[in-house]
Amino acid sequence: MSTATSPARPASTAKAKAPAAGSAATGPAARPAADAAPADMPPAPTAGAGPLRALWARPAARKLLVLAAAAAVLVPLAATAWGSGTWPHALTVDLTGPLGRANDWIIDNRDHHWIFLYFFGHISGAIIGAVHAVYTVLLALGWAGVTVGAGLLAWRVAGVRVAVTTLASFAVCGLLGMWVPTMRTLALMIVAVAASVVVGALLGLAAGLSERTFRALRPVLDTMQALPAFAYLMPVVLVFGIGVAPAVLATVVYAAPPMARLTALGLRATDKGVLEAVESLGATPRQRLLTVRLPLARRELLLGVNQAIMMALSMAVIASVIGADGLGDRVYQALSTVDVGSALAAGIPIVLLAIVLDRTTAAAGDGRASHGPSGRLVWPLVAAATAAAAVAARLLDARNWPGDWTLSIAAPVNDAKDWMVDHLYSGVPGVGGTAEWAAHYTGWILDPLRDGLQGLPWWGALLLVAALAWLIGTWRTALTAVLALAAIGVLGRWEVSMDTLSQVIAAVAVTLVLGFAIAVPAARSPRVDRLLRPVLDVFQTMPQFVYLIPVVALFGIGRAPAAAAAVVYALPAVVRITSQGLRQVNPGAMESARSLGATSGQQLRHVQFPLARPELLLAVNQAVVLVLSVVIIGGLVGGGALGYEVVFGLAQGDLATGLVAGAAIVCLGLTLDRVTQPTKAEKKGAGA
Amino acid sequence: MKARQWIVAAGALALLATTGCGAADMTKQASPYADAAGTKTVTLSVQSWVGARANAAVAKYLLEHELDYRVDTVQVDEVPAWDALSQGRVDAILEDWGHPDQEKRYVEDKKTIAPGGDLGVTGHIGWFVPKYFADAHPDVLDWKNLNKYASQLRTAESGGKGQLLDGSPSYVTHDKALVNNLGLDYKVVFAGSEAAQITQIQQFAKKKQPFLTYWYEPQWLFNEVPMVEVKLPPYTDACAEKGAADPSTVNCAYPTSTLKKFLNADFTRKGGKAARFLKNFHWSKDDQNEVAQMIAEEKLSAEEAAERWVERHPDVWKRWLP
Repeated sequence: MSTATSPARPASTAKAKAPAAGSAATGPAARPAADAAPADMPPAPTAGAGPLRALWARPAARKLLVLAAAAAVLVPLAATAWGSGTWPHALTVDLTGPLGRANDWIIDNRDHHWIFLYFFGHISGAIIGAVHAVYTVLLALGWAGVTVGAGLLAWRVAGVRVAVTTLASFAVCGLLGMWVPTMRTLALMIVAVAASVVVGALLGLAAGLSERTFRALRPVLDTMQALPAFAYLMPVVLVFGIGVAPAVLATVVYAAPPMARLTALGLRATDKGVLEAVESLGATPRQRLLTVRLPLARRELLLGVNQAIMMALSMAVIASVIGADGLGDRVYQALSTVDVGSALAAGIPIVLLAIVLDRTTAAAGDGRASHGPSGRLVWPLVAAATAAAAVAARLLDARNWPGDWTLSIAAPVNDAKDWMVDHLYSGVPGVGGTAEWAAHYTGWILDPLRDGLQGLPWWGALLLVAALAWLIGTWRTALTAVLALAAIGVLGRWEVSMDTLSQVIAAVAVTLVLGFAIAVPAARSPRVDRLLRPVLDVFQTMPQFVYLIPVVALFGIGRAPAAAAAVVYALPAVVRITSQGLRQVNPGAMESARSLGATSGQQLRHVQFPLARPELLLAVNQAVVLVLSVVIIGGLVGGGALGYEVVFGLAQGDLATGLVAGAAIVCLGLTLDRVTQPTKAEKKGAGA
Repeated sequence: MKARQWIVAAGALALLATTGCGAADMTKQASPYADAAGTKTVTLSVQSWVGARANAAVAKYLLEHELDYRVDTVQVDEVPAWDALSQGRVDAILEDWGHPDQEKRYVEDKKTIAPGGDLGVTGHIGWFVPKYFADAHPDVLDWKNLNKYASQLRTAESGGKGQLLDGSPSYVTHDKALVNNLGLDYKVVFAGSEAAQITQIQQFAKKKQPFLTYWYEPQWLFNEVPMVEVKLPPYTDACAEKGAADPSTVNCAYPTSTLKKFLNADFTRKGGKAARFLKNFHWSKDDQNEVAQMIAEEKLSAEEAAERWVERHPDVWKRWLP
């Protein structure tokens, strides 16, 4: 909805959720390159050529042959040296000792070593000071001031509709008795977003102005966006302990990359003609930057801010696991007691905050003229009205949200949940209950898949990854993927990672089947698309944490609820990208297929799917990345594997376990991303 | 390029600004939400199990209604809570089940945490089977016979072995080591949280299925699902010492421990009435269970449960007020 109106960017990919965002936003510029398609076209077999040469002429087959040759030499060597079961013990490095000692050293030296006193201490102190200042201002404004101020701000920036949404949202936060936690999350968010935007803009500026920096930064930023948020928590906890400061830092690390990417892209996309014209007028480089390149990149910059906000919100909530307090903490407390009602009461304000922030910033970046009132006096008026509301509330002695104006939804929601559990949980005639589904999913799909992956010889897994990554990517992506997978083995996390991998694969399969099934009608009928769009919008803005709540009620505890949450989280992005891809298919091609008498199924199979191949691959890639991020969080609801180890590491203060698991998650994310990442047009992307 | 020099200069300046002006002790930085807008705030660490929530609920209620403090509760797991307590990010832990390592580091060596006295409740961790199962098979109560019953205790998550149900990853547990060292044909399955564990136990009990679980006293669930403890090799000091040196060698039962309170050292000095109140906080197993049951069974909010208990037992809490 928000960016659907922007003419230049395909609506489906412009605004996608968290990790989808960056790659999707760069989509038109860099990703769905045309080079993937020709690679697949079988060249006409030349007369007289042997079958081998014909095979050799196909790039895919050529890659496989090279790989097979390499495997034929290396595998027997490796297998005789280290066996061919699970990852050989001889090739692992045990980091538990050194990491444990590092952790102890940090705790023992945190109050007197210079690096903590003069460096980390200041960072932490500045963050805490900033959050405290913002929080104090929010408290001083009181609920009336904040609500009125936010409403007017939204009105000025985004128009009446968003303003009404904003007012209603803040009112609901108060009604649910969540005013104070909401303000805490908001305070943390404001600081984190400001820091992310500054850091991201600086990085993006550097990359936008220098080709070399751009080339060095891009793979790093690409990778950071593919990593699950959970993996970012461990290192900051190691240094800063539990609390608000590490939460803000983790959020900044997570939210700055999209800002950096979009800034760089915006700067690099400046029209060459315009630049030359300005240069010929004798503008200095700085003038060129300030008067031409930055203003022209305004849309990308604001989209970057929007992305940074959405990612920061989703991270700020996850960071409650390391003591971020606020709404996330309420959800976390409720989750650990399986109190679905309370979790929902804390989850709704998160969703509302997300929607309000998203709509407001998206409208700001829309490029159209201002939606709301304009004029010189508007800003002073907004400020004055806010102050008036704050003072009025203070005079009426109602700075805190009035206690009688709250509505407890926990009890009715829990009743509803109990009813649902009683009636849907098991023994529904015909289809079985959700508990049975969960048991079947675990027993029939997850367990065999996990056992299969764990039973795969280690070199077999490496080979498989190499083949997959090379077939759809370049030798470079294949090498990264193989090295990342090998690193998991070296870290001694092979078996657990295979467990996580099995959960990811199964959930991705479900997501893709459902996603394609929804996307096909959406691509064909504008009406379905219109109905679907607001639903997708809402689902895309929700932080990952929120998805854990309902699935626990329905599927109990274990790997099944984690998978269900992952599917729901990844589905909107897949539907969007796929339906967009299908819709973009050249009408001429469709028309000629139809005139040849192809049925609609045939059209789909032979025309639409092949032509939309780049988008379909992108959808798979996004599904993998998004599913992984939720499967990891599933450690909080009994998902086990790597996610559990991170939770365990945090819970027991056993940072060695947590850090190693975090590193394994990073490697797994890297592998999965590279294996599913369609070839990127390096040069074309750079020029865009 | 000029712009790059600007960026470098700005970065250097920022670095200087953050580092150049004296020391900043991270361990003395409290939560940014504390004491906002002129209120006196106490931050309590609340752990996920219901007993601990009961403690926190009653302490919070009394601090807010009798002593005019604002109380924040933050959910932090046990070990990180010690770290947060030493840094003053929380002011008190009200129920600690024994963390000798942390006690030595923070209370004895660094002196950033001060003992806050006993909670008044003694806790015991063990392995339990439901009473209906123990009545039918009395010999299951000796660990030596557990392997005989492994096949009956199998589940989807435990694979071919018997299932030993554990709760939250944050709890004090040596179960994996015990299963290994005692040669048991069992797999430890973590439910992920205590609530999940309770749900699972209740489902088992509803169908009268056998199960073996890590569990502890005092716990309100015993009133609903009677359970009997399985005898493990007796707890000895030698075994405890061995376990302290290397947790993977533990091969005896869990001790019975006196649950203790701990306060941040600065807070004990400057915390005024709140600190004295928390030191005086002392109640019995029955009191705790009463509140816990209201929260967990009757689904009252923690505040309502605390309010009801406070109304019923003024004789107990009046003594805590400074």
